[in-house]
Amino acid sequence: MYDVAVIGAGIVGTSIARELSRYDLSVVVIEKSSDIANGSTKANSGIVHAGYDAKEGTLKAKFNVLGSEMYEGICKELDVPYKRNGSLVLAFNDDDLRHIEILYKRGLTNGVRELEIIDKNKVLSLEPNIQDDVVGALYAKTGAIVSPFELAIALAENANQNGVEFMLSTEVIKVYKEKDVFIIETSKGVVQSRYLVNAAGLFADDINDMLGGERFRIIPRRGEYCLFDKAVGGIVTRTIFQTPTNKGKGILVSPTVHGNLFVGPNAVEMDRKDDVSTTKEGLDEVLRGGSRSVKGLNPRDIITSFTGIRATPDTGDFVINIPTKNAVNAAGIESPGLTASVAIAPYVVSLLEEQGLRLIKKENFIATRQNTKLFINMSEDEKKEVLSKNPMYGRIICRCEHITEGDIVSAIRRPLGARSVDGVKRRVRAGMGRCQGGFCMPRVVEILARELNIPLTEVKKSDEGSFILTGKTK
Amino acid sequence: MKRDLVIIGGGPAGLAAAIEAKKNGIDDILILERDKRLGGILQQCIHNGFGLHIFKEQLTGPEYAQRFIDEVERLGIEYKLDTMVLHLSENKHITALNPKDGIIEIDAKAVILAMGCRERTRGALNIPGSRPAGVFTAGAAQRFVNMEGYMVGKKVVILGSGDIGLIMARRMTLEGAEVKMVVELMPYSNGLKRNIVQCLEDFDIPLLFNHTVIKIHGRERVEGVTIAAVDENRRPIEGTEQYVECDTLLLSVGLIPENELSREANIKINPVTSGAYVNELMETSVDGIFACGNVVHVHDLVDYVTEESYLAGYGAAKYIKGEYFKDETGFNTKAGFGIRYVVPNRINPKNVKDRVNFYMRVNDVYHNVDLVVKDGDRIVYKARRNHVSPGEMENVKLSKEVLEKVEGSELVFALEEVAK
Ligand SMILES: Cc1cc2nc3c(=O)[nH]c(=O)nc-3n(C[C@H](O)[C@H](O)[C@H](O)COP(=O)(O)OP(=O)(O)OC[C@H]3O[C@@H](n4cnc5c(N)ncnc54)[C@H](O)[C@@H]3O)c2cc1C
Ligand SMILES: Cc1cc2nc3c(=O)[nH]c(=O)nc-3n(C[C@H](O)[C@H](O)[C@H](O)COP(=O)(O)OP(=O)(O)OC[C@H]3O[C@@H](n4cnc5c(N)ncnc54)[C@H](O)[C@@H]3O)c2cc1C
Repeated sequence: MYDVAVIGAGIVGTSIARELSRYDLSVVVIEKSSDIANGSTKANSGIVHAGYDAKEGTLKAKFNVLGSEMYEGICKELDVPYKRNGSLVLAFNDDDLRHIEILYKRGLTNGVRELEIIDKNKVLSLEPNIQDDVVGALYAKTGAIVSPFELAIALAENANQNGVEFMLSTEVIKVYKEKDVFIIETSKGVVQSRYLVNAAGLFADDINDMLGGERFRIIPRRGEYCLFDKAVGGIVTRTIFQTPTNKGKGILVSPTVHGNLFVGPNAVEMDRKDDVSTTKEGLDEVLRGGSRSVKGLNPRDIITSFTGIRATPDTGDFVINIPTKNAVNAAGIESPGLTASVAIAPYVVSLLEEQGLRLIKKENFIATRQNTKLFINMSEDEKKEVLSKNPMYGRIICRCEHITEGDIVSAIRRPLGARSVDGVKRRVRAGMGRCQGGFCMPRVVEILARELNIPLTEVKKSDEGSFILTGKTK
Repeated sequence: MKRDLVIIGGGPAGLAAAIEAKKNGIDDILILERDKRLGGILQQCIHNGFGLHIFKEQLTGPEYAQRFIDEVERLGIEYKLDTMVLHLSENKHITALNPKDGIIEIDAKAVILAMGCRERTRGALNIPGSRPAGVFTAGAAQRFVNMEGYMVGKKVVILGSGDIGLIMARRMTLEGAEVKMVVELMPYSNGLKRNIVQCLEDFDIPLLFNHTVIKIHGRERVEGVTIAAVDENRRPIEGTEQYVECDTLLLSVGLIPENELSREANIKINPVTSGAYVNELMETSVDGIFACGNVVHVHDLVDYVTEESYLAGYGAAKYIKGEYFKDETGFNTKAGFGIRYVVPNRINPKNVKDRVNFYMRVNDVYHNVDLVVKDGDRIVYKARRNHVSPGEMENVKLSKEVLEKVEGSELVFALEEVAK
């Protein structure tokens, strides 16, 4: 019997798990995918929003601003990339100018610091590749970029270091209460807990139904992206938004923390929650949209495209409430959910406490986590040192990102380490570069098989069913 | 460490260059190869068809490579395996890495780039759809099948009719997979004619020209692809979509010379070939850095790689010995009508030993044309070609004598229709 069970290991579930791990509690996180951050958290814009966007008085506004302030500290503690690059909302006409004025005022009400409206000249001096017909912009210096899945993995690892258990590849099928205990039926057997957190992302409405909470629905909305080669990663240094109109929020262009560039997302309502395919129309739309803001985007420089799915609640705001005694919903966490998650976590824990969960601080809580330092990021002395101990750091496996065998092995051996080709890619970037694994994938498969002591045919790209090899040759 | 000549890449290009440099009096040579053995891409090409021109024999890839490896051993040329070159600077400083020596820093008098090329991937095509397992470049699949002994799928669609794709169509069929079709965007194949016959026609595998894959289906593993016909602008034609069930999509959609290091060293790259501009001795725009093989332009026959690389090795030797004329004498080569590119790009006849072999590709399929080389209005060379295709490299040999007589600033290579 666990004190608390958390359903879902996205950024919300892992933030909550880490928060809970500060206390003397037994906690389990149940995740249906084979890895952390395989839902919305793996495919989104990765922007820490400043907080001028969300309507005053909403949970979105409150946790966005709070989260944005907490982000840098948490990324430092957990040794993951965070870059305060600032963001611009571009105006191309008078309507847009009026609108960024509203955003500016909203930002002030929400408590966003360092906001400024700037004119065309200033925009172009900050970002020379913006289209010349820009007339002004809202400049938010506190806007930042992060790597969402690396952060979620880091939160999970740190929670795990502090005693939280993770059940991966385990789907929650049914939840009910017997007396004061939650009986959680999963694909791998029954789990029991005294408290429950629903952080099941796109499927949080189903879990809420099982718990008998006040009904809400989650509407999946697709957002498509194109990712560009590092060679053009410097086209802009800030995150470039367009002024939202009644037609939509516009397409953004942004560098990533690792120096690539992306354009996206569009917004298309869907009837399925698990369809992460991209479409020709969608990719064309985001490319066109990106070129509205920025000069010099060439489709030839695209290295991959992907889709993320927003968990849009029909209530219009995050659903953070109590569906049944001793349970908390952290549901409908759409954008700016990545930003908000780190502030939602302590709030969810306080809701559990209000319902009777006793929180006793652990004395030996480990607040920091050290990331695998990639060979390529080491100093010359560090490189020599690590090479003298482990020759595997002398073998480059991913030629695009210069990732060594030592890096990959360490990603596999870490707590909650990589178990699939995608898992390696998300932890140490092998296969993330311009050849997208064309060269290193077979080598990564071999290393995974060796380290996990499984046959090559058992190595997966990602989840169950994503096998790479079908058998031996004749 | 200081070395006279460092060769980056131990494929057929690097090996031939090393051998020739050694034969021309350079003793201090080091080959750096990131793989665990020499031989380059040839090591995974276990089919026949190598060496017809050079050895007048049908060899497999590894057999062809072995002849050069043996020669390198016999001549006592030093090489390091499992060694990846990470950086190259304009003044020929090289940083490499391997498990045994760790970080290796070398200052070279001359460098020969022989890094070969890499395959274009799905991202470069931006094919919409899901991103399941089961999408491979043909070369990655070839590595799994030929070197590791594992199959990558059972029902296969191949996009692109490049040679690797064609060869894999046959190989997968022989291994018991069902190769449903090869889909080619263009109205012609970039592969060698003999490969189309021996790898597809002999196995009744259909080759669909003017078609492409417009969507990939399947959540965890490929379940199928949607293909469609394309118009003259290579855009899918609505209404021609067709779903093809398969568990594997192999991509054979072209090779790109691997020039990350060249760019870092500020070497000028030809946007048409994606390889360096080179002169009569295969020297790039940077003094003392030479290049040969697939890193300069993609070859379909290794024999030509070998020839070109002998020249680079000879050039580097001349350079190191200070017997290399660096003056403004000479002329540029230019691709005229029907020709996509010509290599080399600049010729100083003083440095030419006996002759220069000019390699080129045409930009479309033509029948019954003359391949003409002109110095102004003067015809320097003319030869009849019954059939030319972008998939098969053309070459023209011009002697030193002929080259010395060129008066203009440009030598133009072009196709001319034969007057009826
Ligand atoms: C296109 C797009 C762009 C975005 N851009 C930004 C941005 O720039 N900035 C920002 O702040 N936010 C952004 N967001 C929002 C942000 O991505 C989300 O708010 C955040 O990722 C939600 O995290 P989560 O943990 O709630 O959901 P998820 O990451 O989806 O995690 C939920 C997890 O629950 C698991 N699960 C579901 N059902 C079950 C079950 N029955 N049993 C076990 N496990 C289950 C899932 O497998 C999943 O791993 C964006 C979102 C999208 C889609
Ligand atoms: C699949 C396939 C089938 C073919 N079939 C035929 C055929 O039937 N008949 C025929 O005649 N020709 C064929 N060819 C063509 C011929 O084999 C190639 O043109 C030839 O191998 C090119 O030689 P190369 O040395 O330039 O490149 P490669 O063989 O690619 O060698 C380049 C070497 O450089 C190394 N390298 C690259 N970067 C670095 C670095 N940074 N540091 C250290 N080392 C590095 C690589 O590991 C590699 O070993 C085929 C080619 C392919 C790809």
